[in-house]
Amino acid sequence: MGKRTVQEINASSMADIAFLLLIFFLVTTTMSVDKGLSRRLPDPLPPDFEAQDTEINERNIFVVLINSNNQLLVNREFIDVHDLREKAKEFILNEGDLSNLPELLPIEVTIDGKIETILTTKNHVISLQNDRGTQYQKYIEVQNELVAAYNELREMEAKKRFGVPYSELSVERQKSIQDIFPQKISEAEPKNYGGKK
Amino acid sequence: MAKIRKEGKKGVPAVSTASLPDIIFMLLFFFMVSTSMMEVPFKVSISVPEATELQSLDKKSLVRYVYVGTPLNEYQKQYGRETRIQLDDQFADVEQLEEYIVREREAMREDEKPLLTISIKADKDTKMGIVTDIKQALRRAYALKINYAASQRVNAY
Repeated sequence: MGKRTVQEINASSMADIAFLLLIFFLVTTTMSVDKGLSRRLPDPLPPDFEAQDTEINERNIFVVLINSNNQLLVNREFIDVHDLREKAKEFILNEGDLSNLPELLPIEVTIDGKIETILTTKNHVISLQNDRGTQYQKYIEVQNELVAAYNELREMEAKKRFGVPYSELSVERQKSIQDIFPQKISEAEPKNYGGKK
Repeated sequence: MAKIRKEGKKGVPAVSTASLPDIIFMLLFFFMVSTSMMEVPFKVSISVPEATELQSLDKKSLVRYVYVGTPLNEYQKQYGRETRIQLDDQFADVEQLEEYIVREREAMREDEKPLLTISIKADKDTKMGIVTDIKQALRRAYALKINYAASQRVNAY
């Protein structure tokens, strides 16, 4: 080894500097992706709007009430939130064509370019109403169960028709399934039942 | 490192650490790329409710957040313990929300304006009254795409 004229730069502190930066980013980082229940609000009411009685057959409405004690009343019946999903599925499907569940009506759906006529409960509405005192967690749970009911029905339909899970279908096929089971969750205009705010 | 070892009695040479900075740099770049800084410092305490049917919000630039919760300890003297709304990094009232949405939408690109999504990050013990007020304000502001922030529930019932 001959003599060097220029000394090599000491790089041993490089690792320390890099470590410092690394630790900074480790600490500030939040890896979590934001997740949540996506919903769409209805258009605002015009200021001169007056409530009108719209003709909806009583069998077509699935009323979900949540009171300020987080109790659930579904179609005038106390139930637990765990049973809500099955109830909702039963209501949306009406497999037995029962007279107390929504009527089955034919709709036309385009599936793979062909128009098919399918019997669905197309006029059904799930009406959700909560009190001002309801706990947010409960409200989300109920919303979650209702969305889950729709998702499970779509999943079932996808498996039956195409033999693959809903998430693996093409966009057009997903659209067809959505046409068969559109989400119809309506939230009532807020009312204040109890006196306290 | 630059020292040249003379052939001596010791048989095992020291492990070279020359590649250590490279390895660390690699890790560093990974975290730099994958990192997303905290949006704003929280002034209200929030633990989001749990749910299972979640969709992820992918485009961060289209999302604006509304935080709802009780003020953190250091703000309780000034703002009390009632549930409050936080917009950006300030406490706000429901009345200011409409204005805030309009202002935020003005700042967005024209083609992105209809895609504006409002993420409501509310504490799970919040009463629905304030959430309903927020929803009404959002409707008036025509911000109809909303998302209730929630975390994945691990175990089903």
